[in-house]
Amino acid sequence: MTFLTFLTSLTSEQVVFILASILTIGAALVVVTNRNLFHAALALMASFLGVAGIYITLDAGFLAAAQLLVYIGAISILIIFAIMVTRRMMQVSESPFNSQRGLGFFVAVAGFLIVAVVILQWFGGEAFAAKPPVAPAVLSNAVAALGVSFVNPNAFALPFIVISILLLAALIGAIYIAWPRQRIDPAEDEA
Amino acid sequence: MENQILIDYLPIAVLFGIALFFALLIPALSLSLGPKPKPIDEAPIHKYMPYESGIVAIGEAQRRLPVKFYRIAVLFILFDVDIILLVPWAISFRQLGMFGLAVMGLFMFLFLLGDLWVWKKGLLEWE
Repeated sequence: MTFLTFLTSLTSEQVVFILASILTIGAALVVVTNRNLFHAALALMASFLGVAGIYITLDAGFLAAAQLLVYIGAISILIIFAIMVTRRMMQVSESPFNSQRGLGFFVAVAGFLIVAVVILQWFGGEAFAAKPPVAPAVLSNAVAALGVSFVNPNAFALPFIVISILLLAALIGAIYIAWPRQRIDPAEDEA
Repeated sequence: MENQILIDYLPIAVLFGIALFFALLIPALSLSLGPKPKPIDEAPIHKYMPYESGIVAIGEAQRRLPVKFYRIAVLFILFDVDIILLVPWAISFRQLGMFGLAVMGLFMFLFLLGDLWVWKKGLLEWE
């Protein structure tokens, strides 16, 4: 099969998946190889966008919306703010690799293998043949079903309450880190 | 059937395409049609200065931000997650009844406890 016939044989879903995957992996490669931390953070946003596209091809529309709102809208902003409040981070251009890069590569590959093995054990060869089927009831009103299971004691009511405790802990921790310990003269920051 | 889902998202793809097109078109037009400026070290010194009533810049543009911006960003991220969790609950609000309200009430109580603490400590004040 030539490359052209391969291209024309693709369904629109496969085209979307391939484009989203290229965006995700390409932007992720920029994140880990870019010498400028700020540019890496911007590339991370593009990578998150690709993941949102993959969620859409998996019929997980709510997850895609959450990805857009939380990851691209909030977490990326937080990362960028963290870079901007850190002294000299904006201009510094240094190699993104340090002495632990071999270990990091090993952990990344091992993590991928574990996930791949679990998916293969769970779905068998079907994982490659087609995407797992989604129940029509879930497709038609997934968000409402999610809301019902949030407050159902037999479903996710307890984890849901635990989430609020997690958010509380995150708030206290983050505020404590950024506690105003002393008044910093703005002119001193220039130094 | 599977293409139906993608058709639902077609407007978003079109919007994405238009945004990408203009994001590339405008800088390309500006680069190709505009006059070519000299590099900053060859140009006359006033070329890169602010216009007549502009204020001459002091210091670097990329200086460290005060940490209070980070605090606001953290609060924003928490409210963002809270909104995402509220939406499914609000959609099925009527069928959940009083028990649903109670669970969400407990959730919001724990969540707002932290915000009340931050408020009381005066960390929301913007000097």
